[in-house]
Amino acid sequence: MDAEVLQSPSVEEIVSQFKAHCPCVEVTKTETRRVYAKVPSENIFKVCQFIHDNLTYEHCSTVIGVDYIDHLTVVYHLTNYYSGVMIELSADVPSEDPHIDSVTPIWQGANWHERETWELFGIVFDNHPRLERLLTPKTYEFFPFRKSYKLRGWE
Amino acid sequence: MADSIVPVKEIEEKMDTDKMWVIMGPQHPFSHGLWTLKVQLDGEIVVDADPIVGYLHRGWEKETENRTYPKIIPMADRLCYAASMTYTHLYCMTVEKALGIDIPEKAKYIRIVADEVCRIQSHLMWLAAVGTDMGNLTVFLWCMREREFFLDLNVKLCGQRMTTNFPRIGGVRNDTTELFDRDIIRTVDRFEKALWDIIYLIDDSSIFFSRMKGISYLTREQVANMGMTGPAMRGCGVDFDIRRDDPYDNYDKVDFEVPVETEGDSYARYKIRIEEMFQSCDIIRQAVQKINALGKNAPYRLKVPSRVPAGTAFTRLEDPRGESLMYLVSDGTDKPYRLKVRSPIFTNVSTSKAMCVGCRIADVPAILAQIDMCLGETDR
Amino acid sequence: MAYSSILDWIDFFKDPMDSPYYPFDTYNLAYDIGFKLWEIVGGLIAWLINLLFPGNGLSEWLMSDYVCTIFALLLFMLLIFIVAFVSCLIVLWEERKVLGRMMDRRGTMIGMKGFLQCVADGLKTFMKENTIPKKVDKMTYMWCVSLIVGLSVLVACMVPLSSRWYVVDYQTGLLIIMAFFALAPFLILVSGWAQNNKYSLIGGMRAAELMISYEVPMLILICTTALYVGSFNIGDIVYFQNEHVWFIIPQILGFITFFFCATAEAERVPFDIAEAEAELVEGWQTEYAGMKWGLIMLGDYLRGTVSCGMVVIMYLGGWTLPFIGDGPIPEIVFLLKAYLVFFLMVLVRAASARVRTDQILNIGWKVFMPLSVINLAIVIVLKMGGVFC
Repeated sequence: MDAEVLQSPSVEEIVSQFKAHCPCVEVTKTETRRVYAKVPSENIFKVCQFIHDNLTYEHCSTVIGVDYIDHLTVVYHLTNYYSGVMIELSADVPSEDPHIDSVTPIWQGANWHERETWELFGIVFDNHPRLERLLTPKTYEFFPFRKSYKLRGWE
Repeated sequence: MADSIVPVKEIEEKMDTDKMWVIMGPQHPFSHGLWTLKVQLDGEIVVDADPIVGYLHRGWEKETENRTYPKIIPMADRLCYAASMTYTHLYCMTVEKALGIDIPEKAKYIRIVADEVCRIQSHLMWLAAVGTDMGNLTVFLWCMREREFFLDLNVKLCGQRMTTNFPRIGGVRNDTTELFDRDIIRTVDRFEKALWDIIYLIDDSSIFFSRMKGISYLTREQVANMGMTGPAMRGCGVDFDIRRDDPYDNYDKVDFEVPVETEGDSYARYKIRIEEMFQSCDIIRQAVQKINALGKNAPYRLKVPSRVPAGTAFTRLEDPRGESLMYLVSDGTDKPYRLKVRSPIFTNVSTSKAMCVGCRIADVPAILAQIDMCLGETDR
Repeated sequence: MAYSSILDWIDFFKDPMDSPYYPFDTYNLAYDIGFKLWEIVGGLIAWLINLLFPGNGLSEWLMSDYVCTIFALLLFMLLIFIVAFVSCLIVLWEERKVLGRMMDRRGTMIGMKGFLQCVADGLKTFMKENTIPKKVDKMTYMWCVSLIVGLSVLVACMVPLSSRWYVVDYQTGLLIIMAFFALAPFLILVSGWAQNNKYSLIGGMRAAELMISYEVPMLILICTTALYVGSFNIGDIVYFQNEHVWFIIPQILGFITFFFCATAEAERVPFDIAEAEAELVEGWQTEYAGMKWGLIMLGDYLRGTVSCGMVVIMYLGGWTLPFIGDGPIPEIVFLLKAYLVFFLMVLVRAASARVRTDQILNIGWKVFMPLSVINLAIVIVLKMGGVFC
């Protein structure tokens, strides 16, 4: 399936490209220069590869982890340098044994963001070149940003 | 003067020297802030670099989950003391997006003026650091002298020099004061002339030129892929500025140019920031004109509810250092559920390996001065 | 009992050059002052002792020619050292004030427009704790400091301030000064090694290679001046310039080259990679603390003063004024000219950045060496043509 490469796609073009080539992506909302979508966590690598190659999204702004107590979510923000349109992808991972594919092979910029998400939430990124603690001390044993980790003095 | 690359490799292979790991930091005169850069040296050439950050990690994002929305504004100030206005601006924009409100025109223009003053002041601090790292203290003192005028402007606007606590959710804290109106154009006019003194000192000196030109080349693909944003990215050929291409808060109503260089070396990144300072002066003049046109009685702040409806929102902004982004998850109460900050320097520091490899160790401070390091926002 | 008045013992107007033991060839002002001081002090002591024990041999011995000469020499050495030291302090003060004004600040302000602050800083440094790190090579570590500082003081004292203020009047005066000046890099290299520290080693090697590569143009320029004049004697060089023309005019290239080589030798910005505090902490001075560091700083400024002195001797006519020749106080003229040259060095420091190691070697070998050779060629042509001769 050979899709054409769009350098500066608009919001409508992105939505139609998703419908045509990545049916697993579910677009929840669109605004001016923003596309919000949900992706199942198994397909994240293929979808990101598509967005990088065919829609020319050269920059991964952030990789964010959120702890909704029954599941964890990884949120990606991707930028296109030609059109200024941003795509937000969110992928849910289960709370016990959270694994998701790393997008570092596609965007080097996601390297430290994924490291930080791992050390703060415990979400393991498969195929990450170096998943080590970055901000917290090397001997730290907890994942501090999970809701189960209470700040001292509260509750 | 000629810059010859001594054929170190051939001599070194015959001599069979060991590669040495030199640890620059955490206490080091040139690293502006508390971080370590381990460089592996092969003689004089750097072959590997490993930045270590995290000495200043305060758990900022977790702390915000226990505070009501207005209380987070002074916390956002302390993310970076030199760019505090932009971080609070970003935070207020994110919460306003989550609330779904649109702030008054006057507040938007005042925020633009405050942002650009912050940008000039941050770039002056960067220029002072560049001079010091090269061994010249005159540039440092002259830039600090100029910076004092802009910090005085901050005082006249909101009473504080650096951690200003000025934007509010729904607008800004107060209208522009009399002293601020009297002095803003005068300061900008004076600054434009004084900046030329500093530029002549640096540009006309072939020593500065030879220490920045031809050092640490990066290609456009490398920069875009590695996530480097801001003036460093525009020095390598990526023509993207959030203020122009993804405008927020009335930046589409002011006219300015975005300097872009295609060379990709240290000197290009240096020239971009100088040019940006001049462009900021233009923006300030236009915004002040528009504020005066709106008159004294225009509203500058809206009353906002204390509870934010459940949902997610994110906005991004052109920080003096790059692209900063905030992502808010709210659950209907008056405290955020999750607030994440993307700091531009966090990603720029991770690229220091690509920037330093292949250069001599004497160049490392000059290269890293282009990152404009600020630890508070890297570690949060 | 014959009462001998003090005037029997003090002969204030005795000409020092009458003594058979007079150590110099011409009139030496510093020796004269030392001699007169000893006349007063020694005469007083001798008279007092003579009052108690009249006719004793000690008093006679104290005022005899031989002993007079020895004590006069001791006082002479002290005087020369004090003048060199104070002039170095003035240079330090000048740097702080002038550099401050160039950077839009005032520099030191306390105590006689800031001069006494330099003295106070020196005293403070000397009173700090004398720590020796454990892993250094003790003998080399301590000897190196002494030798570096000692050599710097020695060469500062050897520069004559006028035709009557000198230590020795060698026929090869200029060359001797340059030789002592050039010993320092080796000691810096050894001290960098002795500190057992990665940073100091790199710093010491950098300093040594910098200095060695900048001494070559300096030597060529010194030989050029000697060629022009016909001798290495400093007095000859100065009076030649007085008769004909200050060498800055025919040898303008030489002046510029020598000036920058002198900046490099004194390890000042733009050539201070050895200190390079932004990159490698303190370079070869990392492990020296307290008094040792204070002495090294002093040695640095002494070498800076000596470089300026050499520039003045070789290019700016030494201690003579343009049409008058030897003024009333040629020492002051010489010192003022040296301070003027140092002002230029401070100007260069305020405006320039630091040059990288390989770039420094580039400049030294590829720019300054050819310039000095071109200067030599110009001088040969001028000498053969009989211009300014």
